[in-house]
Amino acid sequence: MIAFVIRRLLQAVLVMLAVGFVAFSLFAYVGDPVAIMLGQDFTQEARDRLIRELGLDQPFVVQYFRFVLAAAQGEFGISYRLARPVTDLLVERLPATLELSLCAAAIALFVGVPLGVYTGLKRDTWGSRFLLTVSLVGVSLPTFLIGILLILVFSVMLGWLPSFGRGTVVQLGWWSTGFLTGSGLRALILPSITLALFQLTLIMRLVRSEMLEVLRTDYIKFARARGLRNRAVNFGHALKNTLVPVITITGLQLGGIIAFAIVTETVFQWPGMGFLFIQSVQAADIPVMSAYLVMIAFFFVVINLVVDLLYYAVDPRLRIDKGAAGGHGH
Amino acid sequence: MSVEPLLEVRNLRVEFPTRRGTLVAVDDISFSIAPGEVLGVVGESGAGKSLTGAAIIGLLEPPGRVAGGEIRLDGKRIDNLPYEAMRRIRGREIGAIFQDPLTSLNPLYTVGRQLTETILTHLDVDEAEARARAIKLLQDVGIPAAERRIDHYPHQFSGGMRQRVVIALALCANPRLIVADEPTTALDVSIQAQIITLIKRLCRDHGASVMLVTHDMGVIAETADRVAVMYAGRIAEIGPVRDVIKRAKHPYTEGLMGSIPKLGGSETKLAQIDGAMPRLTAIPKGCAFNPRCPKVFGRCREERPEPIQVGDTKVACWLYDSANKAAAE
Repeated sequence: MIAFVIRRLLQAVLVMLAVGFVAFSLFAYVGDPVAIMLGQDFTQEARDRLIRELGLDQPFVVQYFRFVLAAAQGEFGISYRLARPVTDLLVERLPATLELSLCAAAIALFVGVPLGVYTGLKRDTWGSRFLLTVSLVGVSLPTFLIGILLILVFSVMLGWLPSFGRGTVVQLGWWSTGFLTGSGLRALILPSITLALFQLTLIMRLVRSEMLEVLRTDYIKFARARGLRNRAVNFGHALKNTLVPVITITGLQLGGIIAFAIVTETVFQWPGMGFLFIQSVQAADIPVMSAYLVMIAFFFVVINLVVDLLYYAVDPRLRIDKGAAGGHGH
Repeated sequence: MSVEPLLEVRNLRVEFPTRRGTLVAVDDISFSIAPGEVLGVVGESGAGKSLTGAAIIGLLEPPGRVAGGEIRLDGKRIDNLPYEAMRRIRGREIGAIFQDPLTSLNPLYTVGRQLTETILTHLDVDEAEARARAIKLLQDVGIPAAERRIDHYPHQFSGGMRQRVVIALALCANPRLIVADEPTTALDVSIQAQIITLIKRLCRDHGASVMLVTHDMGVIAETADRVAVMYAGRIAEIGPVRDVIKRAKHPYTEGLMGSIPKLGGSETKLAQIDGAMPRLTAIPKGCAFNPRCPKVFGRCREERPEPIQVGDTKVACWLYDSANKAAAE
């Protein structure tokens, strides 16, 4: 178990180094930071001095190493566009994105799993046929279209919910939260539904097909043959066996939700990291882009690690150290 | 038989509605099992023996359904009970053992949890008592260090040990009938005999009857009191195991016996039955066995034989109909 965690941590470090390399390469190959910083008029002398000051005359490997060292300490330089430290910009925007993503993930999970179980158990009812058909829409409609449709119906036509922004936020230390005010909560509804819908239908379809698979197994038949109550068979035995793939997908989707909040945040003018990223792309603001890249990769790596650890909690076959397994003879 | 039968199956018919018409997988079979009796059910795969077992425990897989006849346990009909009423009977009155011990246990729960769960479902005992009972059961089925092994997961047991756990699970609420569907087929030959002996001993101790479904004549000879030979959804012959094995009456049973290798036998070549069992979609008119039967005659192709009592055996073959005896000889 400990060896496993250490191995996964080493792999995570490797992944982060590779992503760091890509993020670092952005500086070298997308635009010339020196030209951007010097502006229109400069002398060769000023240029050389800046290059020396920035350490750009150093070998590539040394530069990369310094970049990694700084990044590990949360230091990503200064935004070209806003002339503020990138880290501060991201930290400011982080709560907005995380609150939105967590709401969306919660909706996807707490609606998706029960619907999946329902459609798996009551396979041939009108209810599940209807849900499956609707879920096709959820899978195939692009996020921005769903967002715009929701805005059209609930903000423009009905006027129930705000169409953009976070509403009123409350500062808790450095964390700004929209959970504590009515307008903050109301502002969360449409974007989190928009962001959740795709994942929700995905989870529902996944749980359904896993349920169908598990319900066919011998141990479910045997559980029924032992006369266990339906609830115990369906939820105690069947649902728990569907959890490993569901945890995997949900975990990866959570990373995806954070990363792809870009579209939703843009549609709803949500002041999160994704919106910041889009604005940075338009301005070719490389430090923000590369920091965003590293940060999203970091989320994915952490989530993957957590998912792997959850397997251990769910599946005893992984938990047993090899010495004790294998069983005794006959 | 003077004793009231524990299980009585009368004219049972199991159908599978399909798009191209209804398949009759079990066709009008009748038999009974006395208290404490072991009935072996043999036949080739597809003969309907497992489906008969599934129909008795009320777990036919849809769209399969009992389309006719009745199943009585202790004289009470159980084939038309609602799901919840039948659930109370499963495990409590009728236990089941399935073919593959490797897949019969839920991999995510300890064997102890699966045992106590079943005990608590059916019996009015508390957790501690259920656990004590579970340990006792594991000891009964021959699992060493049961107090420790009870907290192990299925994957920590070998195949033979897992089948012992499955047997403990089937017996844990003291059912009066055990339906064992090919309980040894998936096991090593060396383990098979142990498991069969175990089932036999435990059922005798618990006073349970057994319906032992298998395609292994050796297992039947060793275990069963009576045997039913099934062919294409029907019972060809049913009777005391000694009679059926030593003096097989139905030509199909004869063929089946001839195909078992004998140790020390002088014959070098095994007898075999030509052809294959018909598909359910193409069961021939008359006796289903007639295209393969070495003793076939005119009536076999026209009329379906009903079971005829010959001594202690019932055999569905026109050879034993008094009107045809002369014709056959």
